[in-house]
Amino acid sequence: MGPTRLLALVRKEFLALFRDPKSRIILIAPPVLQLLVFSYAATLEVRNVEVMVLNRDAGHWGSELISRIEASPQFRLVQHTDNPIELHEAIDRERVIAAVEIGPDFSRDIEAGSTADIAVILDGRRSNASQIVAGYISSIAAGVAADTPAGQRLASVRVGTLARNWFNPNLEFKWFMVPGLVASIAMLVGLLVTSLSIARERELGTFDQLMVSPLRTHEILVGKVIPPILIGFVHITLFILAAVWIFGIPLRGSLLALYGAAFFYLVSLVGFGLFISALAATQQQAILGAFLFLVPAMLLSGFATPIANMPEWLQVLTYVNPLRYFLVIVRGVFLKEIPLAEVVAETVPMALIAGVTLPAAGWLFRSRLE
Amino acid sequence: MNSLRRGRTRRLVALIRKESFQIVRDPSSILIALVLPLILLFLFGYGVSLDTTRTRVGLVLEETTPVTLDLAASFQNSRYFDVTIGHDRREFTADLVESRIGGFLVIPDGFTADLTAARHPAVQVIVDGADPNTANFVQNYAAGTVSTWEAQRAAERALTATPLSVQQRFWFNPELKSRNFLVPGSISIVMTLVGTLLTSMVIAREWERGTMEAMMATPVTAWELLAGKIVPYFLLGLASMTLCVVLAVFLFNVPFRGSILALYALSAAFLMPALGQGFLISAVTKNQFLASQLALLSGFLPSFLLSGFIFEINSMPIVIQYISLIVPARYLIPSLQSVFLAGDIWPMFLRSILVLVGFGVVLFAVAIRKTAKRIV
Repeated sequence: MGPTRLLALVRKEFLALFRDPKSRIILIAPPVLQLLVFSYAATLEVRNVEVMVLNRDAGHWGSELISRIEASPQFRLVQHTDNPIELHEAIDRERVIAAVEIGPDFSRDIEAGSTADIAVILDGRRSNASQIVAGYISSIAAGVAADTPAGQRLASVRVGTLARNWFNPNLEFKWFMVPGLVASIAMLVGLLVTSLSIARERELGTFDQLMVSPLRTHEILVGKVIPPILIGFVHITLFILAAVWIFGIPLRGSLLALYGAAFFYLVSLVGFGLFISALAATQQQAILGAFLFLVPAMLLSGFATPIANMPEWLQVLTYVNPLRYFLVIVRGVFLKEIPLAEVVAETVPMALIAGVTLPAAGWLFRSRLE
Repeated sequence: MNSLRRGRTRRLVALIRKESFQIVRDPSSILIALVLPLILLFLFGYGVSLDTTRTRVGLVLEETTPVTLDLAASFQNSRYFDVTIGHDRREFTADLVESRIGGFLVIPDGFTADLTAARHPAVQVIVDGADPNTANFVQNYAAGTVSTWEAQRAAERALTATPLSVQQRFWFNPELKSRNFLVPGSISIVMTLVGTLLTSMVIAREWERGTMEAMMATPVTAWELLAGKIVPYFLLGLASMTLCVVLAVFLFNVPFRGSILALYALSAAFLMPALGQGFLISAVTKNQFLASQLALLSGFLPSFLLSGFIFEINSMPIVIQYISLIVPARYLIPSLQSVFLAGDIWPMFLRSILVLVGFGVVLFAVAIRKTAKRIV
């Protein structure tokens, strides 16, 4: 294959890409929106919690517990009530996520050295958040318990738990989300650019012109594949810079390993993109096809929720998802100083996927021509 | 006058029929109204789970005594952990770096002596902070397991173990299945796709092809045009929703404790802003490609991210909390989850319906103005 011919084709692809307003939108809008919305809004942290308390206890310990809840940084609003119906309504209508009920014997039980009960009602409609809130309330209660006379007697024999958070000492959700965005944005842009490229030529009728040119079919395909890969690298680079400079996320591992793995990641994605492109007759269909691929690929990758939580038959499906492997590498390189052997172990499956998708897309492309 | 009205009705019915034919014939509408909802529902029913049931953890026994073995046994019996036992913490370091385990627990050397001598014995919990949600759960469950173990030991010796005991009751969803709130939430995403994405694309196509101008040259008024387009998509949206609800209840076993009336009232109210937005997008862009992009960015993404569907709105930065106030799905999702899990809570539902209809009216008014302007 003549390098000049290929170069000319790649140049033409870039020109077409930047001249077409639709493609320009694809290159700019999703990345910016993802960066802003995902990194700030997509958090499973639970803060600014609103709770209601019903305190029937007249003694010291009931009000001690409440003032500690009020002082806790995770809680924003602590409403007081003495009416159980109001408490039920507040939970029902999602005005609060949790309600704490303190019984009339609370302080008396504590002074007498017997176990005092606190009832916590939580909204199971938001079971993830409410379990975290339950954890907050339990640890506040444990703090109160430690200060009671019985608690002080028991203090030295109580078994504590010392938590250490490796890789992310304050458990900041952004440290989880932003490296994931580096991987997902490359997928979004790379896939959209590829899947639109052939569909656009078909729609405009320039595809036939390309076919009657002296270019061979595989040359056309290679010319279509190179621009999205380069653009993917540009987006990955921009997002790495944003992660480090804007979000202050540590970059502990080897950038070289990350870029090496990114190449295979992008090639495997472009294979999927070409596949969609070969199937779609219009840009409209290409967009829908890309969407149909992207949503499952994002959800079944470990991007938002762990793969280990999925049923096993569905975990099998994640093995053909390049994002799954690249996420491990990106998060590993950012936070964990992941060993090179592990990077290689995660890169091999992506190379295999690329080895299947690219020839398959080429075959489909050719067979659609005839 | 009478014949004029009859003529209008006939015109409207003819328009609705025309639109319905177009829907049925167009493969992309089948894709969005039928295939996409099924895929989304399956993904949220099976694929996306926040339930950290049985996290894999390591347990390092730096000393082996009857006491530490007993504590290890309670970790092994916990339904939250899948425990691998080791004797050196270095055994698990690589597993943690490579995300094969969510964390590891260390019962340190000297634990038994500390316990008998009352020298503040402690179990170390080392978690993978790279996944903060799982890390939180491992910490909470580890602390819970330790205190249950203590309570059992104290009970054996007739001692008061804990001065305070917290009784947790999770209403509406006692098994704490995240599927129970994710599946109802995903139904609102499906309605957003049908209402906003499909509608905006189809109408934008009419603008693109010039058939919209052709329609405007006929005696049909902007209102009739709108109604003729809205009614079929409104019904299609309700049909998609019904399909999802049937699957949610019979396939995913999500309880349905409210009334059918409330379900349809809420869904109908939600489809108004969804369709209004779709119509407005098509009138502004007049281009299929731009319309689909705008519909995904202004419809799908906010419904997904800024609605409280998965991510708690209260935890977001204050600016984003204000932005979320204009996302219609934010008003639907809590009510939809309640219809499934809690039953009819009409004061909450009526407030949602009112807000949604309000959004719908505003969006339609703007969309009609935009459409009318095009003619002049």
